[in-house]
Amino acid sequence: MTLFFVTSFIVSIMAASTPLLLAAAGELIVEKSGVLNLGVEGMMLIGAIAGFATAHATGNAYAGIIAAAMAGIAISLIFAVLTLSLLANQIATGLALTIFGHGFAALLGAGYVGIAAPTLGKLAIPLLASIPVLGPVFFNQNILIYASFAIVIFISWFLRKTHAGLILRAVGDSHDAAHAMGYSVIAIRYAATAFGGAMAGIAGAYLSLYYSPLWSQDLAAGRGWIALALVVFSAWRPFWLLAGAYLFGGITFLSLYLQGLGVPIPSPLISALPYVGTIIVLVLISRDSRRIRLNQPACLGKYFHAVT
Amino acid sequence: MLFRLESRGNRSEFWTYASPVLAIVLTILTMGVIFGVMGAPPLASVETFLISPLLTASGLSALAVRAAPLIMIGIGLAFCYRANVWNIGGDGQFTLGALAGGGLALAFPNEAFWWFYPLVLVAGIAGGMAWAGIVAFLKLRFNANEILTSLMLVYTAQLMLVWLVTGPWRDPQGFGFPQSAQFGADATTPDFGTTSIHLGCLLAPLLALAIWQIMTRTVLGFQLRVVGQAPRAARYAGFSNATLTWVALLVSGGLSGLAGIIEVTGPIGQLTTGITPGYGFTAVIVAFLGRLHPVGIIFAGLLLALSYLGGDAAQISLNLPNAITGIFQGVLLFYLLGADVLILYRLRRTRHMPSTTEPAA
Repeated sequence: MTLFFVTSFIVSIMAASTPLLLAAAGELIVEKSGVLNLGVEGMMLIGAIAGFATAHATGNAYAGIIAAAMAGIAISLIFAVLTLSLLANQIATGLALTIFGHGFAALLGAGYVGIAAPTLGKLAIPLLASIPVLGPVFFNQNILIYASFAIVIFISWFLRKTHAGLILRAVGDSHDAAHAMGYSVIAIRYAATAFGGAMAGIAGAYLSLYYSPLWSQDLAAGRGWIALALVVFSAWRPFWLLAGAYLFGGITFLSLYLQGLGVPIPSPLISALPYVGTIIVLVLISRDSRRIRLNQPACLGKYFHAVT
Repeated sequence: MLFRLESRGNRSEFWTYASPVLAIVLTILTMGVIFGVMGAPPLASVETFLISPLLTASGLSALAVRAAPLIMIGIGLAFCYRANVWNIGGDGQFTLGALAGGGLALAFPNEAFWWFYPLVLVAGIAGGMAWAGIVAFLKLRFNANEILTSLMLVYTAQLMLVWLVTGPWRDPQGFGFPQSAQFGADATTPDFGTTSIHLGCLLAPLLALAIWQIMTRTVLGFQLRVVGQAPRAARYAGFSNATLTWVALLVSGGLSGLAGIIEVTGPIGQLTTGITPGYGFTAVIVAFLGRLHPVGIIFAGLLLALSYLGGDAAQISLNLPNAITGIFQGVLLFYLLGADVLILYRLRRTRHMPSTTEPAA
């Protein structure tokens, strides 16, 4: 009996952690290239509505995921054009993305409020899924939960072991040197930004096609911002991102669980737990400014304008 | 690439002011296209959105009422942005102002002193300052990023508001609705005559002018500008970064808190779960569109206020979702940020020559 509860707790925590992990993994690559895109929340919302609308129209949740990734890329390219080609302020442009995303999702979603789209089914991996305890937890999940683990392993390998990863890091740490070596700083940053957009879009689709059964406004509820905080928390290291996302998934789960138990704390205050938790974690991590400076891509948020 | 950017070497005075105009024109054109895509007649819809709210006296007073909080929050944010402090938690500071002042007003519902209303306002200002003060403290003491902390405090403030109006502060005679009792007569923002224009509409431009004086006439204002534009020079000059961060956040939080308490004691008249339609975020656009300049912010506040009225008008007469307001605001900020490139750079057409040194831009 207790075993059953433990399994269902772990499954719930995984469900809450995955959108954070997907979005944060994308943003980690973006920031490694030296670009600070604060519009994760907006890109998630746009992905959420694009995925929902497509899945609703086609009846296929997987088509929704693809549409969400495309929508995320499209909106992130607006960010890229403004900040990389037109040298606009990255902080302000990221905010613009979020404001636009809220409006866009509310506008397209107005007709969908309270409606359900086809949800993302679980894919049981043959044999493995029948292992007691571990099977249902790790081998009977939806495709995006598997993908979230794969993506962490992939970006860790990409950043550390591949030549392309090395170039990406070089662009983020010293764009002048990378430029002098003949790499196209702007093109690489465009690509990284688009990857971040795709991941945020997919994270949004996870919310609208799996996590929340019905469409509602403001589905992201600050998760895009928490993902940004997670990247700082991880000190730009993929496996720490995984740990951070699960920490926050755990906090989210705890706040839902406590509300379900009917503890004598008012539920709005319990709902505030992830947001207050983000502040606390940010404080604990940022205290050591040397550690942040050591790990943060040196060109994060800086303009690059080649004169030649 | 067809064009490349060439540095002007200094800021273009012309484009500093022409860029918002260009952005507004492009936004209106884009809105026409969006209306067309949504199946509404473009020209007539733009007219409904941007002009129809201005044609009646009640529309004009509604504009002033909507603009007041945007201007108040916007000048505070501009103050922060000039000092390179990225406060985006205006909505949270607004809410805390409403809670602090509103709580005081609810605690003493029958207070009949002429100074009770000013006291409620002061409490509102203090509430907003306290909320922004947390951001300043965490930034300076723990080096925590103010963008993320101020934003997390927006969500926290909203949930506190929900808790209070559904729990301890809920009106016992309110039929279970999530709202507080109405504020008493001595804790109500006065209206002018029969219009809905209230004290806050007058206060907002006056505060803008006062802040302008501080920015241009005082040593503090000078230091803020130097820190924002040339942080290194500021350090050499011995300006205290910590003091300026505190000042910027407290001024900004106080103004947002004041906007919040005026909104709930004025147009709303009680605390409810929906006291702000995102004024704190819209005010970010107001600050940038107004060129971080108090006078510019007054005009920008009026335009963005119009976008709220336009959204309502589009919903009523065109049957479109009023979320069109958010699209207008987002698109406007996109164009503005794009057009601002012309302040520092000029566009040069690139000749057709296959260059060996590939321009990276």
